[in-house]
Amino acid sequence: MIRKVWRWMVIIFVLLFLYLPILVLAVYSFTDATNIGAIRGFSVHNYVTLFTTPELRSMIAGTVVLALGSALIATVLGTMGAIGSFYSRKGMASAITTMNQVPVVNADVVTGFSICILLVVVLGISKDTYIPLVAGHVTLCAPFVFLAVIPKLKQMDPSIYEAALDLGATPFTALIRIVIPQIFPGILSGFAMAVTLSLDDYFVATYTKPATFDTISTYVVNATKGAQTTIKTALWALSTVIFLLVVLFSAVMNIRANKEERKTV
Amino acid sequence: MEQTTNIIELKHITKTYEDGYSAVSDFNLEVKQGEFITFLGPSGCGKTTTLRMIAGFDLPTEGEILLNGRPITSLPPNKRPINTVFQRYALFPHMNIYENIAFGLRQKKTPEKVIAKKVKKVLELVDLEGFENRSIDTLSGGQQQRVAIARAVVNEPQILLLDEPLGALDLKMRKEMQLELKEMHRELGITFIYVTHDQEEALTMSDKIVVMSEGKMQQIGTPEDIYNEPINAFVADFIGDSNIFNGIMTGKLKARFCGGEFACVDDVEEGTHITAVVRPEDVTLTSPERGNIRGIVTSVIFKGIHYEITVESGKNEIVAQSVHSARVGDRVGVEVEPDNIHIMIAEDHTNIFAAEINKNYELEYNGTVLPVALTDVIKGSSMLEDGTLVDSRGLEIDPKKIRVKISIKPQDIELTDDQEEGLVQGSISNMIYKGDHYSYVIHTDLEQDFVVNDEYLWNMEDQVGLVMPVEKMIFTVKK
Repeated sequence: MIRKVWRWMVIIFVLLFLYLPILVLAVYSFTDATNIGAIRGFSVHNYVTLFTTPELRSMIAGTVVLALGSALIATVLGTMGAIGSFYSRKGMASAITTMNQVPVVNADVVTGFSICILLVVVLGISKDTYIPLVAGHVTLCAPFVFLAVIPKLKQMDPSIYEAALDLGATPFTALIRIVIPQIFPGILSGFAMAVTLSLDDYFVATYTKPATFDTISTYVVNATKGAQTTIKTALWALSTVIFLLVVLFSAVMNIRANKEERKTV
Repeated sequence: MEQTTNIIELKHITKTYEDGYSAVSDFNLEVKQGEFITFLGPSGCGKTTTLRMIAGFDLPTEGEILLNGRPITSLPPNKRPINTVFQRYALFPHMNIYENIAFGLRQKKTPEKVIAKKVKKVLELVDLEGFENRSIDTLSGGQQQRVAIARAVVNEPQILLLDEPLGALDLKMRKEMQLELKEMHRELGITFIYVTHDQEEALTMSDKIVVMSEGKMQQIGTPEDIYNEPINAFVADFIGDSNIFNGIMTGKLKARFCGGEFACVDDVEEGTHITAVVRPEDVTLTSPERGNIRGIVTSVIFKGIHYEITVESGKNEIVAQSVHSARVGDRVGVEVEPDNIHIMIAEDHTNIFAAEINKNYELEYNGTVLPVALTDVIKGSSMLEDGTLVDSRGLEIDPKKIRVKISIKPQDIELTDDQEEGLVQGSISNMIYKGDHYSYVIHTDLEQDFVVNDEYLWNMEDQVGLVMPVEKMIFTVKK
């Protein structure tokens, strides 16, 4: 009995530890408080500000477009890399896998800084072209796509590619019609991961973004330092929205995964 | 369709991997149009590699593959009019059955109407009418196998390759599919090349069987030939159950093996070392007085249609199949009809002959001094300054009291036309083709039989010299 109580207490404690901060923020986002402290009354004005201030709206749109765009490029590159490595000879494949590991473990600040040095300082590409920013985010995301796709390739029956060739398909057709559909779940989860990583990123963006452009991360960091309280409290609303979207997304993914599992059993 | 044209020819095919491992070496094969040919062998014998080279998935490191007389050695698989049924089916899981079967036709830009008609027809052939829209994972193993066959056959290939297609099925299903495949082969008239490690499957289905081991062809022939006249102990052992004994010919149509003398029908020179093969179903158990040999029953296993009875006779064990049971511990006689004994000249038989030591302490054979020092032959011995031979303890060795035997492997002896060049001379009294070389028995002028492996063709009764390099000889000393 005592044991059972303990077990529940530990679980509740851990959950509180994980979710209390965001809950506090969520609660305050629905008030007219300007500071975390006294609550005066319920209000949705933070949400109104969030979706009506042009500056905030364009910042959110820009971040989403950047995330989707760079995730798309990263997905194409990462998938190509995974397929290439999978069909390489053993030594080559392990070399590629090892090289792919490095950017994964590397600190983002190092990645961001070195990309800035290479593209902006050495090659002289202006930050205003968005090229350094997109390149930075692609570099950040592609290795994770690679890691998401490789297991799917390993699970795939290797003879289906040969079967396609045997039936007269060119290697390219076999890749597009047979291999890609087989590894598509991996590509999709790689893409989702790339989107989240890009949305999350702060360091690479600060080093490579054009001066006039802000992602949510860089904007939030700057805003919290600033004095504009309406914007600051609107960001509580933004955090809540993002959190809810993430919860929704995870739930949908989980349900889908469960369904798949039941189907294969 | 003429029965005599070769649809596919493999010439000196060798596949060596980067680490130096040879999966297939010097493989030669001709397959006639419409034949059902089976590659049979244990796993790792190179049968699947050979099939993959015919399909185009692997390229041979040496040799040539001809399709209808034209080389296709390095043609990619999608350009070959050959289709494969894979071991684990390799169906496309994201397509339904119709799309799976249509895949090959779509690559050829076949009009949709024709595709629909052909798919329908081929599904009838494999007894899966109406399965067009089913997905792959709703099918049983046997049904998936049928789809895999349909998907290959619908392209009307010139050759259908089947890589252990029934391996994943249960026994009953396998037997059924064997007959169906055979029927399909008859109906379609396509050349089938089938790979299996199951000897029964090979015997049931094939027109011709290629028995393989360690990347080499051991024997090629009809199922009856392979079963009744195995070329060597490996084939005999692999095909069916066999009792295999080493023995020697003791007279005209007489052989001694398994501790007894048996009359046989294979005319092999007296004194030749042989391998005798007796099928368990050909072993008859009788009363001890009547048998060629006698023994004690050590085990009796009921197998449904017969009993499998093991008889121990001296050091040998003989397995018999009989419809009559026996009791463990019974003393029985073992009888084998001469007709049922298959005699093969022993393969890889090392030649052993005695050398003489002459008065100069040199080794001599057939009047020729061998270029080897006696001190090297007798371990630990040395020659003193006064010319006496002493052993490791310094005691004098009397050359008259020791005998030196020389053994040399059949592949280490070379045959030559120039008889004087040989250490000994003789005439060829027997020859067998052993896949990649000939095995000869040479009866020497000293009345001894030598077994020699040589890749060149000689004729019977040819007078030859036997060149034996000293470095290939193994010397044994007996006191």
